[in-house]
Amino acid sequence: MANYEIHEHDILVIGAGGAGLRAAIEASAKGVSVGLVCKSLLGKAHTVMAEGGIAAALANVDSRDNWEVHFRDTMIGGKMLNNWRMAQIHAQEAPECVRELEQWGAVFDRTKEGKILQRAFGGHTYKRLCHVGDRTGLELIRTLQDKGVHQGIDVYMECTVTKILKDGDKVSGAFGYFREDGRYVLFKAKAIILATGGVGRSYLVTSNSWEYTGDGHALAYDAGADLIDMEFVQFHPTGMVWPPGVRGILVTEAVRGEGGILRNSKGERFMFKYLPEATRADYAADETEAKKWLEDTLSGRLKTEYKRPPELSTRDNVARAIYTEVKEGRGTEHGGVYLDISYQNAERVKKKLPSMYHQFKELADVDITQTPMEVGPTMHYIMGGIRVNADTAETRVPGLFAAGECSGGMHGSNRLGGNSLSDLIVFGRRAGRGAVDYTHKLGSAPQISESQITEAIEELEIPFKRQDGINPNDLVKELHTIMGTYVGIFREEKDLQTGIEKLEELKKKFKLVKANGTKVFNPGWHLCRDLKNMLISSEAIARSALSRKESRGAHSRLDYPKTDDSLGNENTSVSKDGETMKLEKTPLNKMPDDLKELFAKKEPAHA
Amino acid sequence: MREATLKVFRGTDYETGEFKTYKVPVEDGMVVLDAIHYIQKEIDPDVAVRWNCKAAKCGSCSAEVNGKPALMCKTRMDHFASDTEIQVQPLKTFPLVKDLVTNVAWNYEVNKKITPFTPAKDADWTFFQEDIERVQEFRKCIECFLCQDVCHVLRDHNRKDAFIGPRFLVRTAGLEMHPLDKANRIESLKDHGGIGFCNITKCCTEVCPEDIHITDNAIIPLKERVVDEFYDPVMMLLKKIFGKKQK
Repeated sequence: MANYEIHEHDILVIGAGGAGLRAAIEASAKGVSVGLVCKSLLGKAHTVMAEGGIAAALANVDSRDNWEVHFRDTMIGGKMLNNWRMAQIHAQEAPECVRELEQWGAVFDRTKEGKILQRAFGGHTYKRLCHVGDRTGLELIRTLQDKGVHQGIDVYMECTVTKILKDGDKVSGAFGYFREDGRYVLFKAKAIILATGGVGRSYLVTSNSWEYTGDGHALAYDAGADLIDMEFVQFHPTGMVWPPGVRGILVTEAVRGEGGILRNSKGERFMFKYLPEATRADYAADETEAKKWLEDTLSGRLKTEYKRPPELSTRDNVARAIYTEVKEGRGTEHGGVYLDISYQNAERVKKKLPSMYHQFKELADVDITQTPMEVGPTMHYIMGGIRVNADTAETRVPGLFAAGECSGGMHGSNRLGGNSLSDLIVFGRRAGRGAVDYTHKLGSAPQISESQITEAIEELEIPFKRQDGINPNDLVKELHTIMGTYVGIFREEKDLQTGIEKLEELKKKFKLVKANGTKVFNPGWHLCRDLKNMLISSEAIARSALSRKESRGAHSRLDYPKTDDSLGNENTSVSKDGETMKLEKTPLNKMPDDLKELFAKKEPAHA
Repeated sequence: MREATLKVFRGTDYETGEFKTYKVPVEDGMVVLDAIHYIQKEIDPDVAVRWNCKAAKCGSCSAEVNGKPALMCKTRMDHFASDTEIQVQPLKTFPLVKDLVTNVAWNYEVNKKITPFTPAKDADWTFFQEDIERVQEFRKCIECFLCQDVCHVLRDHNRKDAFIGPRFLVRTAGLEMHPLDKANRIESLKDHGGIGFCNITKCCTEVCPEDIHITDNAIIPLKERVVDEFYDPVMMLLKKIFGKKQK
């Protein structure tokens, strides 16, 4: 039997991005003992990549903004499939959470009056995104990191949790290992908060980092929680397409927020023709109006009477438009479209979008102040995730909580840009509180089961025991092909069925993966474990996508191109049933009448 | 397709470890980190390397490429002539874990000791862009620790016991220059931070991937504050008469 070290906390937070850090800070402030597990070093989580900003109805730039408008924008962006209560809490609490960040040392860009500056973004009626140039995520994570380490949270860096342990139906702890030497570790905990982020590494072209292998999704699934709405995968419209080494790296929506124009290879500003009827009236009618909006924005005028340019449509819509332009032969040399900000003053571009300027200059030899960028869709975010209670962030497994991208419901079928960072801090805070309340109500400490530990160790050891096994990297390549070919941006029944069959074959091969070398910082060995999580989350995406016979938000079915109102009242839920994945349709929570009225009285939107 | 030759340090200690040679095909726009990933995928899956964002935003993939501290995700293969070997090795200043990975935990310990942001209780949170330009420059830091790696006080003299290094002088400067911060870190900068060790050779500034003017904008102004507070004869006299200056 292998040795393992033991740590004991009231609450264990798995994941140290925005949500995990915020949850840990909240719980620790309430006086309980908190452990924080990071898959990488502290401060390197994927939150650091967030660029454009954090959505909160502070109304610093446009006094017409308030939580009700933000709530409505979020629900409309999500095609009304969102958990309304989460969207409500999010819109109501985001301003307070942003102010809290400022009080902990975050230094946001300022308005002329010395308040937090806000910029325009896709799907947001008013200028709402608080930002720091185009490195808002770094500001957020560094602020939380510094707050957290001075508050006595125990941080376990480069540590991977591979199994949630339970005592009966309740959470009792977690098992995992440290990368630096491969030693095993048992965490005893009364409650666990999952904040592990997304699943992007299942796709070849993605903006996501190596950490994004669906860990929380899979851990929760194995522990008995259900995952909802996994068919909704957000392809960000603008990733880099060239050179090959940088394909998929994000080009922030802030480029469009600052006036970036999308054109095809014929020079046509194509977004006007892709605006859905339902929201067409919210956008500029033609290039002239879009130009006036821009002039107002550039002059620093706080409000404008003109409507925003069509490039600021929601992400699902812009991604489909770009995909279609390229597919129909109007793409650029490297298979993208042009995103142009070079017509603006070069110094302004460098000031507002410094990291984009450097990214293109250094990685692609393109000076974005002189020439347009080439961009195309890249897998960016998953709206679906672990089902949670909106108020407490608790899953259906007692003592297991989830916040941030790994949780589901908040964004419905499509997330608005900027709503992710605010989601992290609003629901990170809620999860911290929820978990503390749970531990206070819990009677005796749950017991650890030795047999569960043995299972966890065996699972970790087995790749070393296989003599003629498969290189896990080869299976990841196969997974990329399957997900890109059959479960991509546009979907169809026969493709999805083929994809699921191929995933089943891949699951069999997974039982043969092998690791070489020692346990000391061994990425090959690590990937053997990550692959399990990638397979679970990929299967959940494919099966959920097959089951939703309509197009809604980010889920586009070629065989069911229309949105079907009768399907707007149900979530797709997957959960573990022995060795198979069980899929069910569950009814949406009913929105109360006072919130429903907000949609009826919708005034014409200007931004 | 052209092929590059990489010599990558492999091992868990410098005594027994050695450079292993790999041939890697090069495509347009490829960076050194891509080459390491190619090696992991096609040749040795257990090559240890840190990376996260692959877009120069997280500061994970720091290494020394042909002797120069750099982010591997920003170091393009076409910057090297096709017949040169590209040598990749771990940061020298920190203890080796394995291959290209070092133990950087010391940095996190240093950060814990810096007095955190301390705003006035009655702050009304109004401040202007021109008041924060400098602070925002410091807050661009992605904690790649290349400045720590190249700093001779840490690299050659290993004075981690006495000197916090450029990264944490930048961090301190960001707090000290925040318009609403009320704490005073100047004494601790002198006594525990070891700011006197820095003799402004600007090596840190040269390697900073975020182009932070570490020496000119952070370290020198902090040194001036230390001098003003502790070594200025006029101020010393005034302090004797009127008591210690409040920030």
